[in-house]
Amino acid sequence: MIRANGLRKCFGAATVLEDIALGLERGECVALLGPNGAGKTTLLRILATLLRPTSGTLTICGVDALADPERAREVIGMIGHGSYLYPDLTALENLRFWTVMAGGDTGQGRLMMALQQVELEAAAHDRVRTFSAGMKRRLALARVLLGRARLLLLDEPFTELDQRGRKWLSEFLLAFKAAGGGVIVATHSFGSGLAVADRIAILHGARLIVDRPRGDLSWEELRRLYDSLTEGNGAVP
Amino acid sequence: MLYARRAWIVLWKDLLTERRSKESLNALLFFTLLLLFLFQFALGPDRDRLRAALPGLLWLGLVLAGLLGLGRTFIAERDNDCWEGLRLTPGDKSAIYLGKLLGNFILMVVVEVLLLALFGFFYDVDIGPALGKLSVVLLLGTTGLAAVGTLFAAMTAQLRARELLFPVLLLPAQVPILLATVSATAAALDGQPLAEVSHWLKLLAGADVVYVAIGIMTFEFILDV
Amino acid sequence: MSEHVEMTRALGWLALIALLAGLVAGFGYAPREETQGNVQRIMYLHVPSVLTAYLAFGLVLLGSAAYLLTRRAGWDRLAASAAEIGVVFTAITIVSGSIWGRPTWGVWWTWDARLTSTAVLLLVYVGYLLLRAMVDEPETRARYAAVVGIVGAANIPIVHFSVYWWRALHQPAAMLGPGRTPMPASMQMVVLVNWIAFTLLFAYFLSRRLQIARLEESA
Repeated sequence: MIRANGLRKCFGAATVLEDIALGLERGECVALLGPNGAGKTTLLRILATLLRPTSGTLTICGVDALADPERAREVIGMIGHGSYLYPDLTALENLRFWTVMAGGDTGQGRLMMALQQVELEAAAHDRVRTFSAGMKRRLALARVLLGRARLLLLDEPFTELDQRGRKWLSEFLLAFKAAGGGVIVATHSFGSGLAVADRIAILHGARLIVDRPRGDLSWEELRRLYDSLTEGNGAVP
Repeated sequence: MLYARRAWIVLWKDLLTERRSKESLNALLFFTLLLLFLFQFALGPDRDRLRAALPGLLWLGLVLAGLLGLGRTFIAERDNDCWEGLRLTPGDKSAIYLGKLLGNFILMVVVEVLLLALFGFFYDVDIGPALGKLSVVLLLGTTGLAAVGTLFAAMTAQLRARELLFPVLLLPAQVPILLATVSATAAALDGQPLAEVSHWLKLLAGADVVYVAIGIMTFEFILDV
Repeated sequence: MSEHVEMTRALGWLALIALLAGLVAGFGYAPREETQGNVQRIMYLHVPSVLTAYLAFGLVLLGSAAYLLTRRAGWDRLAASAAEIGVVFTAITIVSGSIWGRPTWGVWWTWDARLTSTAVLLLVYVGYLLLRAMVDEPETRARYAAVVGIVGAANIPIVHFSVYWWRALHQPAAMLGPGRTPMPASMQMVVLVNWIAFTLLFAYFLSRRLQIARLEESA
């Protein structure tokens, strides 16, 4: 689904990403781990075609995402730090807007079904302004569902979610994967994000220094490795 | 057609938002009323002087109101991170431009109608006989003003110096439209038939086509990376 | 790289020689105009200036469009450099026009067609430069500037017609008009010589400015 090679991103004199290579298969989930400021959001945005890398190649579902980002965007669903929601519109109206923009079908039934899937049908006619952070997150997911996203890019999706919300999101992602979708979750903390991941990649010093199947490392090893990296200049095992 | 659907849904969203919050319209209409008083005070009590200046005042008022109104075109997108969401939507982005342009056009027409009514009322001018001709000039002029205004509003929405840059960029581009519309309006109010000012109307129509075309072609570059 | 430097230097010398020739021609060769007197000679500065300004802004259009199509920074540098120099020549046009106008028509400024549209031109491109100054991110700056550059260029003919119809004080376009040439051939020659000189000067400035821009970006 994703083939990224040699991705490099410089902002002026600062190099935020250096020689990043990443691959993602269908039905796979990669957890992108790294402390704040490591460049996870930047990498995610490059993968979402929101940002142009300084150099490198990126292929998404067979499409050259740098030459033809429009086509690549048809399969990408991104949930970033922003909520992409208009506060004065209701949940249903927001969905309607974003679905039409994404080129999807907006039969009323379909929109309501998406709301049901994220357990928001009760708030369908409430203005988004009144929503909690968790509800906004779920609505964002509904929006992504209504598009034809096969690739989900999530930036810190589990923060601001309570226990129930986290459980719900994890189940959702597992189901998404099972249906053949690909997921990349960027996070800076250990937690639910890692539980759904098939592979773990750690971003440190502008490079991906670790990229391993989750089964390879036990929790303690992973924790130790991560802590050593974030506290000092850890060596790569 | 998907393109038309997208433009339409952008317009729908903006109209719905405006109807709910009523932020822009109320403030603009009130601003228009204030302008009326400003013009009166600036030009003095001489009725004839006001009447002679009427075409210019009408369009000056519209340009000024436009600076306020047009500048807010993308404020909802900017405040709620929806800018990024729009960038992620697939397909031709110029549909967004057209939807926004239509919204701005409608907004400006509402302001114009009010301006005309207020002018007629406060400055005791009989707009009636010239109304048809005025409408033509208004529609042509508004399209051009809104076209370039929407484009530059998109550009400056993300910049930190937007309050300064927006007028600085927009006004020189609106100058030729202003010249044309004021001349044509003066002729219309004077009772002249539109054929007399057909060259101005053709210029306006040409400018409209050029600005809208540029807007459609370059909008994606403003929105996108 | 050094061939560029050498070429630039050669351009500079050429421009200098041509300017001197133009100066001599303007004062020595060109005849004295009957009604306006010697002040009319400022036309040899004024007309070539405005022609060069238009050349500059044509290059801004070219650079802007080419940048949006190819995303190569070199085109953006061309547009930015040409805009800067164009603004200078536009200012020269306006000032020389003003100086010309004072003894001829008695006022420093008239809202006549040519002066007004040149002034609007100046406003458009100063706005362009202001935009560039206020955007830090180089890629965003290049994109936005390119759009403004294209709108500005499209604006030129529209402004030209609108202002011309609005006022018609200025002498009819002496050299660019259809057929009519109220200027004697000797004067046309001098204008031509000066025009070539100014174009060379413009090319020299542009070349130097591009060099500096390239150095700035690699720093």
